[in-house]
Amino acid sequence: MSALVRIGAEPGAVTRVVILSVVGVVFALPILALIEFTFRAGLTGEHTLEHWTGLFSEDAARTYRGLFQAIGNSLVLAAVTVVIVLVILLPTMILVHLRFPRLRRVLEFICIVPITVPAIVLVVGLAPVYSVVVKVLGGSTWTLAFAYGITVLPYAYRAIQANLDAVDLLTLSEAARSLSAGWVRVLLHVLLPNLRRGVLAASFISVAVVLGEFTIASILNRRNLQTALLQVSQSDPWVAAIFALLALLLAFILLLSIGRLGRDRKTS
Amino acid sequence: MTDAHAPAAAGDIGAIPRRHPLRGSAAYLGLTPFAAYVLLFLAIPTTLAVSTGFFTDTGALTLDNVAGLFEPNVLQAFASSFWVSAVTAVLGAVIGALVCYALLGTRPDGTLRSFIDSASSVLAQFGGVMLAFAFIATIGGQGLITVWLRDTVGIDIFAEGNWLYQVPGLLPVYLYFQVPLMVITFMPALQGLKVQWAEASATLGGTRLTYWVRIAAPVLAPSFFGSLLLLFANAFSSYATAAALISQGAQIVPLQIRAALVSETVLGRENMAGALALGMVVIMVAVMWGYSVLQARTSRWQR
Amino acid sequence: MTGATVELVGVTKSFGQHQALGGIDLTIAPGEFIALLGPSGCGKTTALRALSGLERIDTGRIVIDGDDVAEVPTNRRDIGMVFQSYSLFPHLTAIENVEFGLRMRQVEKTERRLRAAEALDMVGLDKHAQRFAHQLSGGQQQRVALARALVTRPRVLLLDEPLSALDAKVRVSLRDQIRRIQTDLGITTLFVTHDQEEALAVADRVAVMREGRIEQIGTPEQLYVTPSTPFVADFVGLSNRVPAQLADGRVSVGGAVVDQLGERMPDGPVTALVRPEDIAFDAAGVPAVVVASSFLGSLRRTQVRLDDGLLLAVQHDVSDRHETGDPVFVRLKGAAVSVTPR
Repeated sequence: MSALVRIGAEPGAVTRVVILSVVGVVFALPILALIEFTFRAGLTGEHTLEHWTGLFSEDAARTYRGLFQAIGNSLVLAAVTVVIVLVILLPTMILVHLRFPRLRRVLEFICIVPITVPAIVLVVGLAPVYSVVVKVLGGSTWTLAFAYGITVLPYAYRAIQANLDAVDLLTLSEAARSLSAGWVRVLLHVLLPNLRRGVLAASFISVAVVLGEFTIASILNRRNLQTALLQVSQSDPWVAAIFALLALLLAFILLLSIGRLGRDRKTS
Repeated sequence: MTDAHAPAAAGDIGAIPRRHPLRGSAAYLGLTPFAAYVLLFLAIPTTLAVSTGFFTDTGALTLDNVAGLFEPNVLQAFASSFWVSAVTAVLGAVIGALVCYALLGTRPDGTLRSFIDSASSVLAQFGGVMLAFAFIATIGGQGLITVWLRDTVGIDIFAEGNWLYQVPGLLPVYLYFQVPLMVITFMPALQGLKVQWAEASATLGGTRLTYWVRIAAPVLAPSFFGSLLLLFANAFSSYATAAALISQGAQIVPLQIRAALVSETVLGRENMAGALALGMVVIMVAVMWGYSVLQARTSRWQR
Repeated sequence: MTGATVELVGVTKSFGQHQALGGIDLTIAPGEFIALLGPSGCGKTTALRALSGLERIDTGRIVIDGDDVAEVPTNRRDIGMVFQSYSLFPHLTAIENVEFGLRMRQVEKTERRLRAAEALDMVGLDKHAQRFAHQLSGGQQQRVALARALVTRPRVLLLDEPLSALDAKVRVSLRDQIRRIQTDLGITTLFVTHDQEEALAVADRVAVMREGRIEQIGTPEQLYVTPSTPFVADFVGLSNRVPAQLADGRVSVGGAVVDQLGERMPDGPVTALVRPEDIAFDAAGVPAVVVASSFLGSLRRTQVRLDDGLLLAVQHDVSDRHETGDPVFVRLKGAAVSVTPR
């Protein structure tokens, strides 16, 4: 038994294995059940590949047109949200970090508010705002991204701030300036390359959150991946399950990559 | 190059040379896009959300909506929300803490830890429609486990009724994202336990039990209860999962808001949704304030 | 209170493939203050932790006052230990921290308070009894840790680089304070450090360790003046490395012939380790040019460069001032030197 286990600072091997396997199994079950479900043939106990292969059949595009369109909407929403994060949040964070350090607390507070004001509350006040937005920009789904930019604020902020804290941007930019670099150069060649990790993490997490968003889309009556999944599940639960799984897999890959990014930086 | 010693402008803490294009008030302009965005899509909607409860449809001030919060069915919804949030917060906190404990001493960049970190980040986000599907597939009417229990072990979990599609059904489903959220939030605190404390305790004659009771537990308490509050807030504000599972009815507060926004409303109470939103925000602010107080306590000790 | 006798007999410890301790034999007399000195990775901390019970040894015996304690868990060995940093319990005040060991021994409340207050008084922190760790400076924290370790009157006091994380000035005053308290209490003490100046200043005897073994153990003077191996000669105090010739136990270096320290070695070219205070400026001798001079308060250390490019550090009186570029002559004073093969 290692010293740390003897003095109680760490759990013994048995405890570790028991806790992690029990929890692991319980948490794996729903996902396994969902996978199993996609292979079920109706209410018989049989299994089939039809639901999966059906996606590649010729009428798939027609039958599932609504669903594919909704997926397209979600992807567009994810892209626009990432743009909002990169074009509005990121420059502001850099500016505050370099130029207005005293505003950092304020910015942090603003970016934490969406946790206290959840989507279901925000949407009550969004409806009137969006009636104006629709008049100005039309009623297409992509405008939802403005609301999504707010919901991802806490996550994007934290991802970028972690990067800002780890890299001493102020010293770097001053060093660059003392070497006569102009501000554009400083931005492009010094600041942004060092923020790559935080920017990518913020983007990935925004995509994951947007793909999973249901509340605002549903109440404001737009079609995105999640609302479409709910609708399709009434008529074809298997395809709904398949796409739910795929969306989950994509989110998993994205979030795994964020973890990877963090690790690579440490080993480089 | 030349005037590196120009007097600093107000608010200029970093000594950036005068030719800085973002000096002085010009720099404040750089903040306007964000300010405008947040104003339009956060400040205004929030203000609207919490204040429309005080107006009728015609714009007259009224307390009717707020009074409506005290109707039995709305109070019941608040009670159910509280109950579900509290139970899943406590259970999620305990189970999550156990998982964090089991990970004590593993290498931070080892495969086990990074897998659990990634899995927790994903599962904490995994809610709504997809989660509902997964649970229906597991313990729904024809779910994998339901069928297995029925055919192999002879237990019919739905003998007393189809509880999965009602409030009790929310409990296991919410736990599915509560536990990972606890793992994410509480792990730093548990990792922050310095090994020197356990070693010092041992050299001073303490046993494993006294270490946990007298040192680890008191040091972890603020963080544990802070995370518990966060879990409570998380469950209380969840909408998508409940909406996917409970297609009709307004058994919890977020579903009440759905009903108020979507269906016919009682005359004089058209802005019930606003009143409900206000009620939710009051509770959320109280809970998050408690969370931030406990977080401050934690960081003070973990220096 | 008299201290215990401590013996480490043939102690070995490996971590996987790496052998941290390759056979340690050490006897500490009651009340003695021993420093374990060596570079990182030499095993000194492992030896200390083996004595404390926080590391389990592979072979050998650990004897305290005649009892073999190798199988006794840490919390029953009756030791006091001070760690390098972060060891104060953050949620307890200074006095509650100090009371902790007494609480573990079921000492009754009023007596506990009294003894803890006395211990804090002994380290000069009685006014800070109600402060928390984060409200105390690094030096103050270590003093509380010391009080906490000593209040239970343990048989042995173990200090694991307690000063390494502190500022230079605090380090000096605190090490003196530790030494004073230890002498007053007469408690057997083992002190681990990588700072040779610190070890020489506080300890009765110093054990220089290298790669899991003790190279030499002796009084600070013995180690400094008669190092038994080149490693000890190099590690303890400053040394100039000068090319020389060894013949028949005598070393020809810098125009002088001096005795060789330590074990006999075969004749031939060697590197002599010459102490800065064994070199003097003179009217005649080896020609050199002054490169830089450092004023160290009570003495000066001047760097000179010989004609062949070799740099030497010379330690001398403060009144003897030299400017960069001055031509000078240096000669050896005649003290014996250690050598390593070249």
